[in-house]
Amino acid sequence: MPIHGGEVTAPPSGPPDVAGSDDRLLLLNESDNVFVARRRIPAGERIAVMGTEVTLTGDLPLGHKLARRAIPTGHKIIKYAVPIGSATFDIALGQHVHVHNVKSDYTPTYHLTDAPHRGEGDR
Amino acid sequence: MRGYLRADGRKGIRDIIVVGYLVECAHHVAREIASPFQDADVHVIGFPGCYPNPYAQTMMERLCTHPNVAAVLLVSLGCESFDKWGLANSVRESGRPVRTVVIQAAGGTRKSVDAGRAFVAEQLKAREGAPTVPMDPSELIVGTVCGGSDGTSGITGNPAAGVAFDLLVEAGAACIFEETGELIGCEHIMAARAATPELGIELEKSVEKAARYYATLGYGSFAAGNADGGLSTIEEKSMGAYAKSGGSPITGLIKPGDRPPRGGLYLLDVVPDGEVRFGFPNINDNAEIAELIACGAHAVLFVTGRGSVVGSAISPVVKICANPETYRRMSDDMDVDAGRILEGKAGLMEVGREIRDLVLSLGEGRRTVSEELGHREFILTYKSFEPLGPACLPG
Repeated sequence: MPIHGGEVTAPPSGPPDVAGSDDRLLLLNESDNVFVARRRIPAGERIAVMGTEVTLTGDLPLGHKLARRAIPTGHKIIKYAVPIGSATFDIALGQHVHVHNVKSDYTPTYHLTDAPHRGEGDR
Repeated sequence: MRGYLRADGRKGIRDIIVVGYLVECAHHVAREIASPFQDADVHVIGFPGCYPNPYAQTMMERLCTHPNVAAVLLVSLGCESFDKWGLANSVRESGRPVRTVVIQAAGGTRKSVDAGRAFVAEQLKAREGAPTVPMDPSELIVGTVCGGSDGTSGITGNPAAGVAFDLLVEAGAACIFEETGELIGCEHIMAARAATPELGIELEKSVEKAARYYATLGYGSFAAGNADGGLSTIEEKSMGAYAKSGGSPITGLIKPGDRPPRGGLYLLDVVPDGEVRFGFPNINDNAEIAELIACGAHAVLFVTGRGSVVGSAISPVVKICANPETYRRMSDDMDVDAGRILEGKAGLMEVGREIRDLVLSLGEGRRTVSEELGHREFILTYKSFEPLGPACLPG
């Protein structure tokens, strides 16, 4: 789907295909290649994603994204049926999709997620 | 609803005495003047700069003649470049009592504070039991902003605010959404909702301008906490922010201080025109809130995921918490728990109606949580804008 194309595909009718996925994963649109966590899922849990069992290597906090299918490097991340950036690495089904493997197609994202000074008071 | 009828025919849902400083050098005196009146509706606003700026002049004029404002005290050091007499005249012409205390002429801090407090006390007495008149929802102007956004904002709080906007627009109100820097990536879908194709082009141009502006500055409208909350890119944040606009057709494009000419949905273009000057377009959420209020907003819907606590001078801020974990931690600062949607405890329409009802109840004596807590944040900095093009307000 082109970033500047202006065309947004209408979601197909019928129930979205979330078959065999953990019910803590929310699908916003049938054409999305990511789920959103409805609540925090702790590291180490084995969860079902589209019929496949995956083990979470880190916490998946509330509101974060998880790959619904494999997303090769350079491909668009689709959420709300629109592209929200591009994969900077090959992302496997069930992987956390975030700043470590996604980049903006507009301006770079500023974040402190891995900052060494992160204190006790932060979450 | 009931409102205070002003001389220009507009109605306010609050009856505020504004103390406005016209340069940072007068800020302390203004704050001292207002300090004994903490429990009354006496709000401090102001402009810190000594150099003149037409945008700041317009903002102060629109804020001092806002329908929620009953009377105005201006505090000047004396040598700053702000056109204090021009501002005082505009306030007087609007039918409001106004006084200007010039610190250098009054004889310093103590004498200025005494003179200012005397005026405020006099105005508060004059406004005791001020009459109200019936007010229709179609006379309302409501703004929306989001701050401290996270991965829940675009799923719960922002679409619920969008539902409230749809209901208010349907009732004839004017609703304003904003921050073109947080609509990057949504420009084409948004343009398709414009009342005319020419307005659609203007909407796209405003977002392109924002993208250029932010690209020059090297940062998007994106804070570190947005990433902690699961947002990975500005376009992802934009899609969530865009949901605040609801589904109504877009009636017009306005700039800070422009009043919507009638009911409908408006985009407020907050990014300056021309070369990049004076730094970031909006250095924090309150800069945007002040601009929405300068456009006449009687109230502002503020959706937060990470958890903002701010309110504002002049108009009440309704805090809508998108994230259920944040709500549990900070419920004392929130008016609406939109995270219920994510937990399956409430529907989107239900929360949208709750927000609409809350806005209407602000005209029936209800106060927001941030008002009760005494939040009256305000900020105004330098910007420059060109006038609106003819396509911006069709019809």
